[in-house]
Amino acid sequence: MHKKKLSPWPYLLIAPALITIIAVVFFPVINAILMSFQSYDLRRPSQIRFTGLANYFAAAQDPLFWQALLKTIVWVAAGVWFQFVFGFMLALLLNRKFLGRGLIRSISLIPWVTPGVLIGLMWRWIFDGNYGVLNDLLVRLGLIRQNVPFLAQQSTAFPSVILTIIWQGIPFFALMLLAGLQGIPEELYDAADVDGANAFQRFFMITVPSLKNTIFVTTLLRIIWVANSVDVIFNLTEGGPAYSTQTLSVYVFNKGNALNLGYASTMAILLALVLSMVAIPYLKTLFKAQEESK
Amino acid sequence: MNKLSQRHARRFLRQLSGHILLAVLLIFLLFPFYWTFVTSIKPGKELYASKVTYWPHSPTFDSYKRLFSEYNFWKPMLNSLLVASLTTVLSLAVSLLAAYAFSRYRFKGRKFFMTIFLTNNMFPTVLLLIPLFAIMRKAGILYTPIALILSYTTFTIPFSIWLLNGYLDDLPRSLEEAAMVDGANRAQAFLKIILPMLMPCIVATGAYVFMTAWNEYTFAVMFTNEGNRTIPVALKNFIGQLGVEWGMLTAGGIITIIPVCIMFLFAQKRLVEGLTAGAVKG
Repeated sequence: MHKKKLSPWPYLLIAPALITIIAVVFFPVINAILMSFQSYDLRRPSQIRFTGLANYFAAAQDPLFWQALLKTIVWVAAGVWFQFVFGFMLALLLNRKFLGRGLIRSISLIPWVTPGVLIGLMWRWIFDGNYGVLNDLLVRLGLIRQNVPFLAQQSTAFPSVILTIIWQGIPFFALMLLAGLQGIPEELYDAADVDGANAFQRFFMITVPSLKNTIFVTTLLRIIWVANSVDVIFNLTEGGPAYSTQTLSVYVFNKGNALNLGYASTMAILLALVLSMVAIPYLKTLFKAQEESK
Repeated sequence: MNKLSQRHARRFLRQLSGHILLAVLLIFLLFPFYWTFVTSIKPGKELYASKVTYWPHSPTFDSYKRLFSEYNFWKPMLNSLLVASLTTVLSLAVSLLAAYAFSRYRFKGRKFFMTIFLTNNMFPTVLLLIPLFAIMRKAGILYTPIALILSYTTFTIPFSIWLLNGYLDDLPRSLEEAAMVDGANRAQAFLKIILPMLMPCIVATGAYVFMTAWNEYTFAVMFTNEGNRTIPVALKNFIGQLGVEWGMLTAGGIITIIPVCIMFLFAQKRLVEGLTAGAVKG
């Protein structure tokens, strides 16, 4: 059934999607590259002109850029790591048989489909320094004496936004890992039981190796998403106080909002380059999987 | 005590500790929603009282009423509905055609074109946001729903193609081939055989596209103004406009998430199947 002669149909069928994507993705990316070589500030439209690598030099000398890059690394590392740990825990717990399992599985996924703005607002209210429920709980438990303005002081703001992104990402990890867990054949565990393996050994000798690919793909995917995420931080702190929660994505967004498109593009390209270290292995894995499934 | 009952006891304890751990995780995941809802039905006096209450003494839906009477929340809701629906229809239409081509034809450049669609999901959101803003502005469509719909297709089309392609690959070709032997052409075979079987998957993909468009903030805040603001932007703006009116904010939040939850619970099974298939196989 494989068509050997050159049929125009497949090309006509992909044309609408392809044209749209070229117009809204590839054309803009080229534009971003061009803008990164220009002094492109919409507040001074008369001064838009090519300035070569000036924006890149400016970024290299911008302490906020380096700080934002560092924040991005911590944000991604801490965020994704704890999403993974708690997501794995949730997946293992949901993989047992118990009454109402289906319902609990669905409900536990809801944070994943919650709008970023709403996540930001909900947690902003929870973290509130005056009326926040987190303060009330911690005071009741005797862990703190007086209210902490979690999002308003530098020392607690960044851990607070990281906690929020962990909360958001747990369900997605759990979802993927649970699907992986269900694909592990029962016989493997039976064989391990016969050999007298304990729960710890079973976990590290069977469960983890079987989930290797799922863990790899999901982690890379999450790294890209978390690094790109703007809405959660922006709605919690807008990058403050004193830039202490400003990741690179948020910095670009703030610069874009300030209409300095040239410099914003430059930093967005630098972010893309950093992320390609993760994106390229991810794409390679996806292709390998596709080839094998054919 | 004999060995057997000892083992039973240990198993019981292990299960119990598992249930407790699960309960703790679920409370962590769900408490913010409970808290948002409780806040939305608290009267203002109680909201800003020195003592935090975990269930309101006198629950009221005042915040919801004010949201619609004083701030016309219908407007952003309609805007969001319009943008999300059109994004869904557009994405599904073009993605379905492309996914069908990728799944059913072997043609020159197939791998190259698939790469294009997969790669573009990897671009940082902000890398597209900035140039799109400049382009839409020049094209004169900034601050119209079209700007938003087009910018949403940057991620909804690749994603839909990927999902639909997976679903289509799972449908055996022999089905259409049988119909085509019986004299139906490719289009008829697609409409009569494939489309009805694929429908639940199309609905699931559409639900996902709708949810992402409904939830999206980063593009929406830059590409809309007063007149066509979507819900996420309106919610964020409340903070600026109203000082911080947590009663109305949380009421707006609850209204936003209800349609998402309903759609998600319906589409969930197929969606999870489609999403996990790729990663698990990989």
